[in-house]
Amino acid sequence: MTHGTFLRKITDYAHRADPYPLYAELRKTPVLRDDIGPYLVSTYWEIHGLLHDPRLSSDPRNLDPEAAGLVVAEEEDDPSLPPSFLRLDPPEHDRLRRMAMYPFGPPHTPRRIHDMRGELARIVTGLVDGFEGRDQIDLVDDFAYPFPVTVICRLLGVPRADEPLFHAWADTIVSSADPDPDADAAERRGAVRRARTELAMYMSELIEERRRAPGEDMLSSLVHGDGPDGRMAHSELVSTAALLLIAGHETTVNLITNGMLTLLRHPDVLKRLHDDPRLAVPLVEEVLRYEPPVQLLPQRTPLTDIDIAGVTIPKGASVWLILASGNRDPRRFPDPDRFDPDRRDNQHLGFGSGIHICFGAPLARLEAQLALAELARRLENPRLLEDPPPYRRNAVLRGPRHLPIGFDGVRAGREP
Amino acid sequence: MSAERGGGGEGDGSLERLRRDGRIVIVGASLAGLRAAETLREQGFTGSLTLIGDEPEPPYDRPPLSKQVLLGTVDADRTTLPRRRAIGARWRLGTAATGLDLAARRVRLAGGEEVPYDRLLIATGVRARPWPHPAEADLDGVFTLRTGRDAARLRRRLAAGPRRVLVIGGGFMGSEIASACRELGLPVTVVERGPAPLVGALGGVIGQVAAELQRAHGVDLRCSVMVTGLEGDAAGRLRRAHLSDGTALEVDLAVVALGAVRNTEWLAGSGLGAGPRGVACDAGCRAFDVRGLVTDDVFVAGDVARTPHPLFGYQFLSLEHWGNAVAQAEVAAHNMVSPGPDRRPHLWIPAFWSAQFGVNIKSVGVPTMGEELLIAQGSLAERSFTGVYGYQGRVIAAVTFDQTNWLDFYRRQIETAAPFPPVCRTVDRRPDGLRPVPADFPDPSLPTHGPTVTLSGYSPTDRRIVFTPARG
Ligand SMILES: Cc1cc2nc3c(=O)[nH]c(=O)nc-3n(C[C@H](O)[C@H](O)[C@H](O)COP(=O)(O)OP(=O)(O)OC[C@H]3O[C@@H](n4cnc5c(N)ncnc54)[C@H](O)[C@@H]3O)c2cc1C
Ligand code: HEM
Repeated sequence: MTHGTFLRKITDYAHRADPYPLYAELRKTPVLRDDIGPYLVSTYWEIHGLLHDPRLSSDPRNLDPEAAGLVVAEEEDDPSLPPSFLRLDPPEHDRLRRMAMYPFGPPHTPRRIHDMRGELARIVTGLVDGFEGRDQIDLVDDFAYPFPVTVICRLLGVPRADEPLFHAWADTIVSSADPDPDADAAERRGAVRRARTELAMYMSELIEERRRAPGEDMLSSLVHGDGPDGRMAHSELVSTAALLLIAGHETTVNLITNGMLTLLRHPDVLKRLHDDPRLAVPLVEEVLRYEPPVQLLPQRTPLTDIDIAGVTIPKGASVWLILASGNRDPRRFPDPDRFDPDRRDNQHLGFGSGIHICFGAPLARLEAQLALAELARRLENPRLLEDPPPYRRNAVLRGPRHLPIGFDGVRAGREP
Repeated sequence: MSAERGGGGEGDGSLERLRRDGRIVIVGASLAGLRAAETLREQGFTGSLTLIGDEPEPPYDRPPLSKQVLLGTVDADRTTLPRRRAIGARWRLGTAATGLDLAARRVRLAGGEEVPYDRLLIATGVRARPWPHPAEADLDGVFTLRTGRDAARLRRRLAAGPRRVLVIGGGFMGSEIASACRELGLPVTVVERGPAPLVGALGGVIGQVAAELQRAHGVDLRCSVMVTGLEGDAAGRLRRAHLSDGTALEVDLAVVALGAVRNTEWLAGSGLGAGPRGVACDAGCRAFDVRGLVTDDVFVAGDVARTPHPLFGYQFLSLEHWGNAVAQAEVAAHNMVSPGPDRRPHLWIPAFWSAQFGVNIKSVGVPTMGEELLIAQGSLAERSFTGVYGYQGRVIAAVTFDQTNWLDFYRRQIETAAPFPPVCRTVDRRPDGLRPVPADFPDPSLPTHGPTVTLSGYSPTDRRIVFTPARG
């Protein structure tokens, strides 16, 4: 087997249901130069170190196409949707992230997520109420997708009715984050560009609306925000709103689905969660370690040569940080392939680490905790109807496309 | 039972006996003492464990005392340290240790009782340095801050709305107190003998940023000035403070934040290498005796310890750092019940944090050793930056203002003695970051208001050092 096959194997759909043996193989060489070009980093401490290394850039403009070999389909020079802070380095990253945090979390809005708890619980209860009279659902389409989408729409102030529109754009844009070296790059780039332009126009209009008639939502706060960093420029607003919409959209669905799949494969834990919903807190952390919805970060590049684990990664090279592999590194997590919600010191990489650590983590955590606890409490005798379930194509944002579940009945919901 | 003197005695089964039913005594029942006790049990020690502490409360956490407690968001009696596990110990709280007999292996308690041990851990920490004039220190309205009770009393007075608070000393503690006062909307004056706050700990360049930060938050900051006297009214209440520049301040509340004094008096005459600079121990946390010989049954951890560190020229370091207390307690506990080859050195890289005026300050390494400073990321003007300290051509320390995320990287640079100035390109390198400037520490021979890292030379005992208490 030549090394060149590693990257292809990761993106190869055949490995989607269980990529972990592949990662174990990969960890034998903590930093491996793939024949196609990128450097694959697969061990916990090396990934963690690089995520805290100021020599590593998230800005694709620092990629050197020659050193990188493969360049992921890029949104470079797309005037309608300039790079969001996900793809920027400090100081721009810090400034925009701070401004976005203003109406979202501490220190200025410490209670926003907490205050959404009741509303989230109501949405979850409502969705599970809808299962009554059925003996089978697709967890993805009937629950894990609509729940976070409803939430992010309410939070941002995006009309839920427009969901079919931005769902299609989000899918297309997210597929561009899937660095499949065999896909038809030119054709895909065209589609992605169209989707980005349309999403940008949509957001732009919405922002103008909120400018005229502000509401309680986060978009209104961002438009009218007046913190120490001032206000975002219009194009920054558009990019930030689009980032939040997409990030809040295409990730939590996989966390909930991966979580339920894992629970159904570990009935003892499911039973414990049924008996004690407080288990949801450590359990969600363990799902983020064991089956992370974001498997890898394929878009980092060194600003200068970096020596790590006996390898020199040259300036401008493409670096892939394989979070899901670091999460299974036996040097960091004892017995890493065991799903263990009682695991101590569970500093997983599921939300990344360092300055780009997931902005929405508190929301995603709460959503997944409420969702899994409610499912465990109310579904009678739930079981997997297909194992493994059919997965999405995407190797980066990995999760089942459908998760058919059978059950004997639905227990009563709590009084609102 | 009694393990052989010299303790190792591994071959003869004495260590096994010690682990099974030996007697371990810990003096100082706070952060280091508790974490050591937990580690001993975790390591399988099943003998008797006694914790002696002169405070009546079970172990509690101190960092919140100058932050959330003063703000009133957390009550002083709610900072009890979370327990990692049950320790099945005999607690002697509210009881001070007053003496140590090394030869007979006994700790003497106030009241005369003696407690025998096979292994002893000294974790008596430090206390607040009092205002040097006792009558003035006794005035109603003059405070120090070290204990939960201190914090509760100070909090009550702050909540009652004093006219103006005087903070004497602009180190970390004084700055945090001033920050809390401003957040409570109270007028506050900080008097600092050095040219800026935090200079003793971080040098003049960073001190200047701290000064601007304080002034921007409405602190009446007076630098290069000392408080020369505190004056009370007829009822013994503080009413005025006199400064070395001839001015006077009308104040009814003063907090003395002049650093700390090590709790080693109870060890006087014991034959241990203990003095005003702490209790000297080797990297394995074993105490030195006055002759500079290492003991094998007396261990030291936490704020009271001073240890040589290979990365910092084997100089003895005293660290008043929360993280150090925990790490050193764990190493000490491990070594207390482990045979020689399994023992570990305590090679913690100093790390400290402070929250003040909305800024999260963190440091790693030993900034006070720094000769030069490079602002490697961010900018001083924005008060969001990473400063890297150089010593003899290598990276020796780093400090971040609101840039915590990069600290890990610089810690590794310190560990690997990376060259200074760092040549590498990083994100967020600004014009500030093109060349190093002098770090601008005050003359180290002057006593400071209490940096939280102190370098104290090469002698394990240091009995000869003449100690000059810092004055306001
Ligand atoms: C207000 C405040 C804020 C702080 N903030 C920070 C921060 O932000 N970051 C940080 O890193 N560190 C901070 N620290 C420092 C940190 O709290 C200390 O490093 C830590 O408490 C050290 O633990 P220790 O167990 O070694 O000593 P201590 O906590 O001092 O405990 C020693 C104990 O021994 C007792 N004792 C003393 N003599 C005797 C005797 N003879 N007999 C019996 N018992 C005795 C003492 O009463 C005390 O209970 C702060 C400290 C204070 C006071
Ligand atoms: C289970 C759900 C989620 C997972 C696993 C997840 C994972 C991640 C990861 C790994 C990163 C780091 C990217 C990098 O370092 O390059 C990230 C960043 C980010 N996430 Fe999430 N995310 C989730 C949910 C959300 C939600 C609900 C939101 C929005 C409300 C969100 C918003 C963001 C944003 C804005 C960033 C960029 C942060 C930055 O660059 O500073 N995420 N996320």
